[in-house]
Amino acid sequence: MPAVQDTVERVKEIDVDQYKYGFVTEIESVTAPKGLNEDIVRFISAKKDEPQWLLDWRLEAFKRWLTMQEPEWANVHYPKIDFQDLYYYSAPKSTEGPKSLDEVDPELLETYKKLGIPLREQEVLAGVQGAPKVAVDAVFDSVSVVTTFKEELAKAGVIFCSISEAVKNHPELVKKYLGSVVPSTDNFYATLNSAVFSDGSFVYVPEGVHCPMELSTYFRINAEQTGQFERTLIIADKGAYVSYLEGCTAPMRDENQLHAAVVELVALEDAEIKYSTVQNWYPGDKNGKGGIFNFVTKRGDCRGDRSKISWTQVETGSAITWKYPSCILRGDGSRGEFYSIAISNGYQQIDSGTKMIHLGKNTSSRIISKGIAAGHSNNTYRGLVSAHRRAANARNFTVCDSLLIGDKCGAHTVPYIEAKNASATFEHEATTSKISDDQLFYCLSRGLSEEEAVALIVNGFVRDVLQHLPMEFMAETQKLISISLEGSVG
Amino acid sequence: MLEIRNLHANVDGREILKGLDLTLPTGEVHAIMGPNGSGKSTLAYVLAGKDDYEVTEGSVTWNGVDLLALDPTGRAVAGVFLAFQYPMEIPGVATMTFLRSSVNAVRKARGQEELSTPDFLRVLKEKAKDLNIDVEMLRRPLNVGFSGGEKKRNEILQMTLLEPSLCVLDETDSGLDIDALRVVADGVNALRSPERSMLVITHYQRLLDYIVPDRVHVLSDGRVARSGGPELAMELEKSGYAEFGGEATAA
Repeated sequence: MPAVQDTVERVKEIDVDQYKYGFVTEIESVTAPKGLNEDIVRFISAKKDEPQWLLDWRLEAFKRWLTMQEPEWANVHYPKIDFQDLYYYSAPKSTEGPKSLDEVDPELLETYKKLGIPLREQEVLAGVQGAPKVAVDAVFDSVSVVTTFKEELAKAGVIFCSISEAVKNHPELVKKYLGSVVPSTDNFYATLNSAVFSDGSFVYVPEGVHCPMELSTYFRINAEQTGQFERTLIIADKGAYVSYLEGCTAPMRDENQLHAAVVELVALEDAEIKYSTVQNWYPGDKNGKGGIFNFVTKRGDCRGDRSKISWTQVETGSAITWKYPSCILRGDGSRGEFYSIAISNGYQQIDSGTKMIHLGKNTSSRIISKGIAAGHSNNTYRGLVSAHRRAANARNFTVCDSLLIGDKCGAHTVPYIEAKNASATFEHEATTSKISDDQLFYCLSRGLSEEEAVALIVNGFVRDVLQHLPMEFMAETQKLISISLEGSVG
Repeated sequence: MLEIRNLHANVDGREILKGLDLTLPTGEVHAIMGPNGSGKSTLAYVLAGKDDYEVTEGSVTWNGVDLLALDPTGRAVAGVFLAFQYPMEIPGVATMTFLRSSVNAVRKARGQEELSTPDFLRVLKEKAKDLNIDVEMLRRPLNVGFSGGEKKRNEILQMTLLEPSLCVLDETDSGLDIDALRVVADGVNALRSPERSMLVITHYQRLLDYIVPDRVHVLSDGRVARSGGPELAMELEKSGYAEFGGEATAA
């Protein structure tokens, strides 16, 4: 298994303190002053040359946010965040998008190289002849600077651009759908995001169009102490299909960095959206210092009949993860899926899961969650499955498996099940296991190192979920899993 | 040459091996027999380096290398292979993937070039065929849902692939019907060579009809109580282990 071999070499190169992607790119940033008030919201909006309606929307969210409290129900513990001690806007110096890759800041390209922006994407970025068709909308500290394949997508009628561009060029779509899945009043962090969101991706796939390529966004948090407030909006019109990949890394930092993104998906009749995430942000050092706070609101709305939304996530990074990609199964016969691998090591805390809200008739959902806890970490699965009283024949199947490595970590499962319609069928299976010493010894006696053995066993444990990742992500993810578990044994 | 001198080992604080001496010259096959509880499996695990088996005294050298100083991985690299009595199941990991990881880990550590996927598959298919192993079985998760015979054949397949110089077979015959036993024995015999030593641990003489040993050692209470030629196994077949502290019934 080359992935494992490779991993071991990589693992040898880094010790716990040397986060693989812990470097800082020096690109001149335009930064708003620290702190948050109405003027900052206006500053951000003005910087982006936004129309009045959007500024009003932001300001309303901001006013609302002032009255809200941080949620405290999650099984995570961290010092209180001083929201006045953060920057809310930072953009690379050049605001005009480059016309070709030659015009892209070489430092930025170097960053991608270091990130190992992998495989095909790097070829795409490098403009290699015959490179596979993966469109990359790279968000570098809040503003999109590289967008490729836009033209080819345009031929198919697919709109794939930054939210800022969409606001300018497709205001009617943005106005119609922004906040329609995650309202600006939804929760503390979503509301904060609504007030100060910097940039993110926008996708619109028109009626009947099968998006001709996987759409992919890489972004990383770069400027120091800058909270990153991504806003992503994906709409699949009737009968459309789109697969979207999101992967991210971040540089090493002592200060905790806040990340509060919002992702909204809308699937109309017979449409399908597949959204895959590989999250590998800085988890903090071996003592649990530093690391990203990841408080994300991701929600998909199966608005049309027979529509389908599928979330696949691989969560390995961040000091704290608070994330519940959810599906509102509004259309009759709609389907929601959630496949998750959540790995915590060191002092990481993960409270993640999903919500499957069955509103329409004959709706179905499927949840497969694999949590792996190592080191001193805490890993909580929190999931809600609910059936509205008119959701006749709602079906859900949940599998929730936890694997413990060592004896100082914790795995928790908190399922919420609410069925208000008697015809609903909800199944929930949960297991908790440990890697047994006998399994380890068996592998060791076959010449594998402990690191390799654990990686192999864990990759086996998460296999059901790995299979749902797009091909180009699978190999990468196996490596990532191995790297994440570095130092978890012995 | 394997040299075991005055080996004492504890399991859970209880002494199981109590001064075991054994010499296994290169190229020979020795059988270890003995009643239940005499320390046969303990010897196997101690040789492979299992954690809970604490060596309190004595030495084990393999071609001059101090095996006890090596971790289990290091011993595998040094050429030690243990065919388990109860092979472990690893859900979700395809047998093929496991085999390739293992083979390449060992090759790399031995300074050999790793096998490419096509090369590995070629070797694997060839060896699997000799052991009557269906390629379909190799796609299934490691040992999960395998029959007793499949598990044991899989062990011998691993032994073949890893090219060890010291093979320790821990009751490889247990749970096998006569056909499976023959296949496994053929596989083992095919590996006999002047460069390779084997320690065949078994409770029953039956296996030794197929794998004829150069020497037979009978363990009793953690020591070698008697050694002899293959005829010793035949004798035990008739008399049982009564004189070695086991039950009087014939094996």
